[in-house]
Amino acid sequence: MIRTKLFLLAFSAAMLVACGTHVPITEQAPVMDRAPEPVAPPAPPPPPANITLRDIKPVEAPPLAVVKSGIVYFDFDSFVVKQEYQGLLEAQAKFLTSNRNAKVSLGGHTDDQGGREYNLALGQKRADAVKRALAILGVTEPQMEAVSFGKEKPANSATDEEARAKNRRVEIATP
Amino acid sequence: MMTFFTRRQVIVQAAGLASISLASPSSVAQFRVEVSGIGATQLPIAIAAFKGDDLAPQKMGAIVQADLVRSGVFRSVDGVSGLDEISRPDWSRIKSLGADSLLVGSNSRLADGRFDIRCRLWDAVRGVELGSQNLVVSSTELRYTAHRIADWIYEKLTGEKGVAATRIAYITKTGGSTSPRFNLWVADSDGEGAGSALASNEPIISPAWSPNGQQLAYVSFESRKPVVYVHEVTTGRRRIVADFKGSNSSPAWSPDGRNLVVTLSRDGGSQMFLLSSAGGGEPRKLSSSLSIDTEAVFAPGGQNIYFVSDRGGSPQIYRMPVSGGAAQRISFSGNYNISPAISPNGKHLAFISRIGGAFKLVIQDLASGSVQPLTETEADESPSFSANGKQIIYATQIASGSRWQEALMTTTLDGRVKSKLTAAVGDIREPDWGVFQANALK
Repeated sequence: MIRTKLFLLAFSAAMLVACGTHVPITEQAPVMDRAPEPVAPPAPPPPPANITLRDIKPVEAPPLAVVKSGIVYFDFDSFVVKQEYQGLLEAQAKFLTSNRNAKVSLGGHTDDQGGREYNLALGQKRADAVKRALAILGVTEPQMEAVSFGKEKPANSATDEEARAKNRRVEIATP
Repeated sequence: MMTFFTRRQVIVQAAGLASISLASPSSVAQFRVEVSGIGATQLPIAIAAFKGDDLAPQKMGAIVQADLVRSGVFRSVDGVSGLDEISRPDWSRIKSLGADSLLVGSNSRLADGRFDIRCRLWDAVRGVELGSQNLVVSSTELRYTAHRIADWIYEKLTGEKGVAATRIAYITKTGGSTSPRFNLWVADSDGEGAGSALASNEPIISPAWSPNGQQLAYVSFESRKPVVYVHEVTTGRRRIVADFKGSNSSPAWSPDGRNLVVTLSRDGGSQMFLLSSAGGGEPRKLSSSLSIDTEAVFAPGGQNIYFVSDRGGSPQIYRMPVSGGAAQRISFSGNYNISPAISPNGKHLAFISRIGGAFKLVIQDLASGSVQPLTETEADESPSFSANGKQIIYATQIASGSRWQEALMTTTLDGRVKSKLTAAVGDIREPDWGVFQANALK
């Protein structure tokens, strides 16, 4: 049993190292507000002999800051960027086309109705829609990353229609 | 008298240490059973408190009893006490209480601090012994030992494996909307003994147990976007398996543990890809549609996946071979069917269906196509089958004062026996029911 565990540990340590070398997003990640990629910690010492496979070791995910620079709201069940946001998008595009090293993250959100993963896909449709609108205005593909938060980060946690309208959105985040 | 106080102090201290080392969230308690109907085949069993339970940090008889009742297969018969594994029960009295089976035992603290657990299972109708156990365990292993005994009884009396000794993973959200805090927990199947595997200020969703029960795949938003991790629970070591440009979500393990299907938006939209669970390599695209394809789960055997697609205009559940090929629509009633879970024998599909504006857990018999709602609640999410396929765990919302509180529930496949896990503060969501433990009692 202990031999198996040690093998598992060594195996997963090797995986951790291998993983650090292939993660493809590091160089091209267009979101500039990100903290430096966390460095894989050195391999911890072997666990004490009394560790069991039912033990649970707690891990803390490091916090990360972000700066928002604009929000596009959507109608219920809609993925169409409304005309009223053209000015906002043109201002974003003007900055991005004149600063080709600048990058932007487009975070899609939904209201609280329905499943988490399906809402993640719906939020992605909204983020993709804003990305297409910015591309038409000349922003290049490597400058943009469209991601989704689904229903996980509501702007307003109430569940009435007024709150839901504030949650169906794409947040534009810039450095 | 002196001896009594010393012994009692030691036991109290041991109990205190146990609760610290488990790092249990004080807000989360045990699943409470809510029987909303009586199963036709419920087996009546009498479980006496083990001799010594009153002085021990864990009440073995009560834990075993709760496990068996929660399974939906057993009905607890009260009125038996004062017996242990060496007693000769009065069968006429046991039978008059209506019990078909009887569990008796003892719980003794040894000089080295461990506990000697002995028990005997009787067929109360014939007055015949069915088996016995004798286990010496530490105080921190007492609950797990009770769960193993419950599974031993379950298998002795039903011929099928129990799931009391399995574990569940789930997510809690605390801190309200101003300073939300997310934790990924691993707990015993009764909700007790929870330990936090991951804590974050950003959301965590979609935990999925690996087939070996030692790793969890999940989606963490800690880098301000959805990224798929695989996390070894015992060591806390984790690795990124999908962090491509765009969103990475919805991990599903292949039955051999070698691969994951994930949903990626790197090519635009939300499409399913197969990649190595070890990380590395180029993901293989499984679907190529202009629609949303997500929420894959492997069918037993690993040849097919069930998934959700809106290719027909509304989200529905489909099945397709992992090797590629045509997708076959599986769900037909209603215009919103998501979050499929397949039973271990491949015969039942549980999923969430929007019915009259409510989101309901339903179960579909794949052979006949018939669909049955299982709940009275209206915001069900994330179903997951127990390893023996006899129960489903899911998330729902229940009224709590002026707000809706997210809670976990289990149900039998006929919807008759349910149990509920709530938190005193915050929400519990995204359950995933883990695999069988390897060391079942014989």
